[in-house]
Amino acid sequence: MNPPVHNTRVSRAFFALLRRDLLLAFRRRTELLLPVMFLLVVVSLFPLGIGPEPALLGRIAPGVLWIAALLATVISLESLFRSDFEDGTLEQYVISGHPLTVIVLAKILAHWLVAGLPLVLMSPLLAIWMNLPRPSMGVMVASLALATPILSFIGAIGAGLTVSLRRGGQLLSLLVFPLYVPVLIVATGGIMAAADGLPYGAFLGLLTAGLIASLTLAPFAAAAALKISLS
Amino acid sequence: MLAVSQITLERHFQPVFEPLDFHLDRGAVLLITGANGCGKTTLIRLLAGILTPTSGTLLSSAQGTAYVGHSLAIKDDLSVAENVRFVRDFHDTRRHSVDEVIFRAGLHRVAHQPARTLSAGQRKRCALVRLLLIPAELWLLDEPYSSLDDEGIELVDGLLAEHVQLGGSCVLASHGRHRPGIKDRTEIELISGAHRL
Repeated sequence: MNPPVHNTRVSRAFFALLRRDLLLAFRRRTELLLPVMFLLVVVSLFPLGIGPEPALLGRIAPGVLWIAALLATVISLESLFRSDFEDGTLEQYVISGHPLTVIVLAKILAHWLVAGLPLVLMSPLLAIWMNLPRPSMGVMVASLALATPILSFIGAIGAGLTVSLRRGGQLLSLLVFPLYVPVLIVATGGIMAAADGLPYGAFLGLLTAGLIASLTLAPFAAAAALKISLS
Repeated sequence: MLAVSQITLERHFQPVFEPLDFHLDRGAVLLITGANGCGKTTLIRLLAGILTPTSGTLLSSAQGTAYVGHSLAIKDDLSVAENVRFVRDFHDTRRHSVDEVIFRAGLHRVAHQPARTLSAGQRKRCALVRLLLIPAELWLLDEPYSSLDDEGIELVDGLLAEHVQLGGSCVLASHGRHRPGIKDRTEIELISGAHRL
């Protein structure tokens, strides 16, 4: 229906969208701070609930940090396409003639920069807080850096499917948590291996493979999901 | 520019309107009228490619489509100028400058206010700016006159006249009495479940 769009035009649209989404995120500061604050609160509740015993906290730290990161990502996912869907911007994307996949990729990247990257940057502080064994600190930050984008990519598929539902957020968490299980297992497995002085390269390799797979496949799936939600 | 044959869309196994045939030439305007709920918006969304027809074919040779519907695609947290700049960058056009189109739409006084402070008519104008920016041969306008004052209606008619003069076409849905002053104009009246040419 629309004419083929030249590559430079598509990349301009990509960066225009990325810039606008980041600008919007900074205008809505509460939304920007929500995932980080959430992570902070959830992690700080554990020593209060379990007791400040350093050895025990260090043992559960990888799991706690990662589960808190999963929860923080999911609460920010619902807003990924919500406002674009509600104010008609999504329709404009479809009509623009730009591939929806590229648009979705820009949205996911913006989402990760706003919701995922702060978690990665915050994690060393929380790791010290939770008495995570020193040798596994680097692996934990690396696992979050590699795998929080995976969470955004997989989550985008769920967000696309549930965007037209009124109570989409609750269904969204049910949809994506099972898909996050492999990421959680591999990531915490790697951190624990590093804590025990075992080789952890394979775990990070698996996360990298997951990142590449989700980067190349998820935008297509999320774009298809959005098309379904629109009709 | 646009050839439609036997197009229809079913909702809950009921056609929204009877199968519809029409074609639209360059420089022509098709006006879709009808009561509320007769499927005007659905038809426009079908033509835009947002919805997929249940049956029938839709052929378009238009180089680009611009659509202004009920949802105006304006971000409340951005200023008018930022909204306009995004549309321009997203479509990568340099046809008009941001200031120029804001002035044309009569929004220069509120250009740096957040869009959430705008009135309904000003929001509509802000969305109509898209028509100036997007290089599109086919315009799909769903109730473009709603919530506009006389000056706003003149703005739409002026834009439309220029567009048609340059060989563009337009499908316009409206339930109001106002008709754009375009010579090559056909009308379809949709009646829920049926239509009259």
